[in-house]
Amino acid sequence: MLKYVLKRLLLMLFTFFVIITICFFMIRLLPREMPQDKNLQAVIQARWDALGYNQPIIVQYGIYLRDIFTRFDFGTSWKISLMKPAAEVMGERILPTVIVNLYSLIFSIPLGIGLGIYAAIKKNKWQDHVISTIVILFVSVPSYVYAFLVQYIFYFKLRWVPTNVMYSLADAGGSYFTGKMFVSMILPILALSFGEIAGLCRFTRAELTETLTQDYMLLARTKGLTKSQATTRHALKNAMVPILPMIISSFIGILGGSMIIEQIFSIPGVGSLYIMSINQLDYDIFMLDSIFYTLIGLTAGIVVDISYGFIDPRIKMGQK
Amino acid sequence: MAKEKVQPQIVDDRFSFANDKVELHDQKLETKSRGYFKDAFIRFTKNKASVVATIIIGIIILFAVIVPLVTPANVQSLMDPYYAKKGPRNTTFYAMGINGTKVDTYTDRTLTYEYAKGIAADFNEEKPVEVLEDSKKSYYQPVVNIEKTEQTMQGRTVSTIYTAAIDKYLSVGFKYIQIEQSKYQVIKDWENEHNLKVLYPLVAENQYSFGVGTDEAANYWYKTNDKCDPVKIVEGEPVLMPFSEKMVLEENYLRDSSGNFVFYKYTGGGSTETAQYKVRVLYYNYYRFMYGREPNYIFGTDSQGYSMIYRLATGVRLSLIVAVLVSLVNFIIGAIYGAIEGYYGGTTDLVMERISDILVEVPFVIVVTLFQLHFAAKVGSFVCLLFAYISTGWIGTASSVRTQFYRFKNQEYVLAARTLGASDRRIMWKHIFPNTLGTLITSSVLVIPGVIFSESMLSYLGIVKLGDATSTSLGTLLSDASQIWTSYPSLMIFPAIIISLLMICFNLFGNGLRDAFNPQLRGSDE
Repeated sequence: MLKYVLKRLLLMLFTFFVIITICFFMIRLLPREMPQDKNLQAVIQARWDALGYNQPIIVQYGIYLRDIFTRFDFGTSWKISLMKPAAEVMGERILPTVIVNLYSLIFSIPLGIGLGIYAAIKKNKWQDHVISTIVILFVSVPSYVYAFLVQYIFYFKLRWVPTNVMYSLADAGGSYFTGKMFVSMILPILALSFGEIAGLCRFTRAELTETLTQDYMLLARTKGLTKSQATTRHALKNAMVPILPMIISSFIGILGGSMIIEQIFSIPGVGSLYIMSINQLDYDIFMLDSIFYTLIGLTAGIVVDISYGFIDPRIKMGQK
Repeated sequence: MAKEKVQPQIVDDRFSFANDKVELHDQKLETKSRGYFKDAFIRFTKNKASVVATIIIGIIILFAVIVPLVTPANVQSLMDPYYAKKGPRNTTFYAMGINGTKVDTYTDRTLTYEYAKGIAADFNEEKPVEVLEDSKKSYYQPVVNIEKTEQTMQGRTVSTIYTAAIDKYLSVGFKYIQIEQSKYQVIKDWENEHNLKVLYPLVAENQYSFGVGTDEAANYWYKTNDKCDPVKIVEGEPVLMPFSEKMVLEENYLRDSSGNFVFYKYTGGGSTETAQYKVRVLYYNYYRFMYGREPNYIFGTDSQGYSMIYRLATGVRLSLIVAVLVSLVNFIIGAIYGAIEGYYGGTTDLVMERISDILVEVPFVIVVTLFQLHFAAKVGSFVCLLFAYISTGWIGTASSVRTQFYRFKNQEYVLAARTLGASDRRIMWKHIFPNTLGTLITSSVLVIPGVIFSESMLSYLGIVKLGDATSTSLGTLLSDASQIWTSYPSLMIFPAIIISLLMICFNLFGNGLRDAFNPQLRGSDE
């Protein structure tokens, strides 16, 4: 087990390193733009010289890696917020993304799993058909379409919420945890949740219907358990084996967030920072964002794989 | 104990051979043989949802093919700034509500302004102004319907708020334009030929005119005060006119020294041919003069003034072309890569697996962005997008082909083929590959909605810019509408509906294919 985990971790680090290297060279090869202001130009040029931006690219790469390991310095923002360390710019934006996505998960996980269980128990009855049809609709329709729909219905038509985009930090009293801020987050949370609920529901239903037809369910019934006892004690437990890793990966995924939802609801998160960094060609931020997204993807993959071994003792990791 | 062979001793001549002197053949099958694909097709047609989805996909594809064919060339490239962002309108279905109207609230002042456009359109030299009530019958009256009239108190004064449906095409009203003298004559001839009026008298610029110099100036043909309320002149003093059905606005047209209406103003240019005239046109009829048709836009117009139905069709076409191309190329690359991996195994497999392991972990959005930043200027956005999709998209296909190859490569029939001397290539493609075809086709079809979705998302976010004058993508249409859709919902609704339909139908279609190609499900539905 430990050997397997170590092997996976090493492989992950290798992959991460290769991707980051490719990204670094691709990004540093792009031409850099100077601002219009003459004084600023001189200042920036001096900084670039000091930071070694004019040296051969392989030397730049060495400097970049050295700075990360020695000072946790991921470069500087030259456009979005001038001369601020990139890590700091990024750090400010993780919290809003995480909060919105966390709320959405708290809302959608119980609902998704609950609906999935209900549909599986009522398999091939009308309740199942209704749920399955809605799930197909919600899985297929792009998330930005819900985003427009919830904005249109709950803000422009019904006026149930006071705003169609998220409040800025200053408007909501300087904290992401105020009630006012929460109210402004309701719409993005809803827009994020529809797809998540539908996906979880479909997955749960599929897994549970499979376990419900297994032989051990028949055994459980013959030894005298009622249908609900058998379902909760045996079928659900077994169905959870693939569902739990999926939930774990969603929890890691909340760090990344959804770019399009952040853009539509103007959430000051990681995704909108990425878009800003591309539009303004702020390369150090773009690089850091790339590192961030790659790391999240890799971590989610590895954690899911390893979690199988912990959740289900029958699965022996690393065996052929 | 060995069995003794019993030789039948038949000597009796009562026996005779049953089929003596008859050549025996296998009997021909009475029923039609069913191949793998035929079988899959039959199972597919049993799935009603998938069949409906397939039909809808067919309709959308037909829409994307036929609309550009039947749209006249002058409409395809037509971008009319005055008719941008308008709702659906068609004169044939006008009474059914496809009339380009938008419901808004109006005050006395703004409602008069809308009515006045209809009144002015009925202008003739004998009777320049008609009663407001009579203008309601006019073909050019933008006010279609007043749905609600409410009295509200504002401070001490009572004001009336009207909720009215206004035809936004007719509401463009009058415009001042610059034309050459020769064109002026052409318009005159066209007017006589079609019995329609395009040219209307110019408006005087005096203390009663409003909005001089603005784009709306041509619509203020009646006398107003400085707040734009209609007035009449009583003994040299302007008196406010209250809004009523019977009101007669007081015209403020420009007249020459002999008291006739002035229809053009010379603004420059030398000879008679090139002399520039400033004229006041009824834009609706000017449009008819220019393009030989009424402004009929069944889906409205987009944010720039192109015909929405044409933009939608080209958008669907572009999105589908991207999706199908990506799916095809991924199919080919994935099949070859996976086949080599799975067939040869060992070190080859290990090395190739590591490569695809690394590639699959690069977040797609970063790949697209890097491609766009590096190559968009050289080869264009479209090619960049295709390459970005292809660079990592084949990995899924490759890994499923690889698994299938591992499953089948040690089977006896492969061994038999090898014993008979078949080459590696022949074994791979003739013997093993057909086993993977079902899963491959399913996954290739399911790639299509994924590509359509991510293309629209990338266009929406502005990472990819695919739209231009001749074509656009669905995502670009959405992105153009994103800032203004709350005021002009039709800009968002139509692309969103089409894209949702495409996504739903392709997913259903793909699921149907998966069920049909998956032989494990055989018999379970009966």
